[in-house]
Amino acid sequence: MSDKEQLLVIENLRTHFFTKIGVVKAVDDISFSVNKGEVLGLVGESGSGKSVTGFSMLGLVDPPGRITGGKILFNGQDIVSLSDDGLRALRGKNIAMIFQDPMMTLNPVLRIDTQMIEAITAHEKVARRIARERSRDALSLVGIASPDERLKAYPHQLSGGMRQRVSIAIALLNKPDLIIADEPTTALDVTIQSQILYEIKKLCRETGTALIWITHDLTVVAGLADHICVMYAGRIVEQGKISDVLDHPLHPYTRGLIGSVPSRNKRGSALYQIPGMTPSLLNLPEGCAFRQRCPRADNDCLVCPEITSEIEGRHLRCFHPHVEILHE
Amino acid sequence: MIVFIIRRSLQSGVVLLLMSVLVFVGVYAIGNPVDILISPEATPQEYEEAIIAMGLDKPMWSQYLTFLNGALHGDLGNSFVFNEPALKLILQRLPATLELAFGALFIAIVLGIPLGLIAGIKSESWVGRSIMSGSILGFSVPTFWVGLMMIMVFAVMLGWLPASGRGQTTDLFGIPVSFFSLDGLSHILLPAVNLGLFKLSLTIRLTRAGTRENLQLDYVKFARAKGLTNGRVIGVHVLKNILIPVVTVLGLELGSLIAFAVVTETIFAWPGMGKLLIDSIGVLDRPIIVAYLLITVTMFIVINFVVDVLYSVLDPRVRLGEEKI
Repeated sequence: MSDKEQLLVIENLRTHFFTKIGVVKAVDDISFSVNKGEVLGLVGESGSGKSVTGFSMLGLVDPPGRITGGKILFNGQDIVSLSDDGLRALRGKNIAMIFQDPMMTLNPVLRIDTQMIEAITAHEKVARRIARERSRDALSLVGIASPDERLKAYPHQLSGGMRQRVSIAIALLNKPDLIIADEPTTALDVTIQSQILYEIKKLCRETGTALIWITHDLTVVAGLADHICVMYAGRIVEQGKISDVLDHPLHPYTRGLIGSVPSRNKRGSALYQIPGMTPSLLNLPEGCAFRQRCPRADNDCLVCPEITSEIEGRHLRCFHPHVEILHE
Repeated sequence: MIVFIIRRSLQSGVVLLLMSVLVFVGVYAIGNPVDILISPEATPQEYEEAIIAMGLDKPMWSQYLTFLNGALHGDLGNSFVFNEPALKLILQRLPATLELAFGALFIAIVLGIPLGLIAGIKSESWVGRSIMSGSILGFSVPTFWVGLMMIMVFAVMLGWLPASGRGQTTDLFGIPVSFFSLDGLSHILLPAVNLGLFKLSLTIRLTRAGTRENLQLDYVKFARAKGLTNGRVIGVHVLKNILIPVVTVLGLELGSLIAFAVVTETIFAWPGMGKLLIDSIGVLDRPIIVAYLLITVTMFIVINFVVDVLYSVLDPRVRLGEEKI
């Protein structure tokens, strides 16, 4: 893992929420890294801690949550120990984020141009006219027709897909090294979804921007990411190259996830479901959090499994991985 | 926009007409002014003559029609007491009341919005909590009592500020105003604070509620994710969203500030139209009461209209008559 081109290295990150009814370990000891220009898929169910991981990287975890341990090294610099001003300078400039719901991310009472220009002037001293030109270029880059008119529009005058394109354009404005996309296509129609997906992929490839794509949808990541991290209850249970993980899932949870994706081959038979429910983060079972839903669990699993590396480039948190499929 | 204005004017006309009927009937019911105005020693003949002179011998509908006819020509009748046009009497007092009301509104906005923002951002800290406790006090303590206490403390005990009157006034476009001279300012301070206290509490609560609600929203997080400074996120993004409800409510409250400045004007002997109204009710000076109420209604209508226009300036989603691009 000593690649020279490492952009982001996360080591043993823990983000906990100190609520009145107890400590919620939303992110609990996760480690991964992203190389320059690479796409990482962060997959998990709702409440598995994917979004909190994303917000941790920008220092935008809302109280009562805070990062309680670990390091987030961005270009070698630890984000966790940065001052508020240092973080602010980083946000939007080096690391940009695209949110899930385009209906909510743009300020309803400010024009698109205001919201774009301020993203530029927050980091550089440029004339408004130049900032405006750059905003217009960014809009046409993401496939918005007649960008000059759109600049003068208010968010409510644009459709959902258009608004998400605007958010993407805002994220691209300062040519960041890393974009964190938090389920940006979930709230959109399937057709728009694939358009946006295609465009982000293209833009990242062209600009050499690294991408962390947070999603619960395995099919989206399959065609997009280079690497994948599967999260469950605040921990990464399996990570590795996308083709390895999808073709040979070793962790029972990953297997369950892949098994429950509807596909044409399984037409007619009932869709597989992982038994049970996601545990509440307030009340996680001892040991492996997936233990109660896992067909392979036994007494070993009462202890939290350490991260193991069965094969080159694969990391697992499991005592009983499906290693047999590797030898088939 | 033009359609909006026309429709609005027609509605306003109907409201005014209805209001005039209600007011007229109401005032008619509260008693006979002649009993109060004429000295007890007057002969029955003098009594009859006075009634005829004031037009009170005619049936109510006839009196109303006479009044309506006059009102349409801009004449709301003569005061029984001063024997001068009621409209003129009220308009003479209007600047003083307006000045007081706007002073109160100014205090409510200038103090209320920042305090509300602080209370909303630091809602868990002692600062936020003390602001909120203070605003509860402002809500629950009666205006007249606060006014009396302020006179006690600042005028009687400390002697810092005058307790009554308007002080020195300067003319601004022919209208006497107090806020250009130090003496005038010192006179308006106590009554304006007194009148504005309730609105100040209201503004704090509205702003705080809006701030807390808006800070939770995604657009705030997105604005932060763009790397904007805290000042810009709060001062532009959040504030502009909060202003929508604040402007709506304060606009409506401005009407009530003007109309119900009566208590404060009475306590501080402020020569405004509220004091005139109280005096007129005391002597059943019908034309003044009717004219006052109609002017108040007109003001409410105008203020509401201005609020609607302002609202559309602040919130692009309700911009009137605008088409989707």
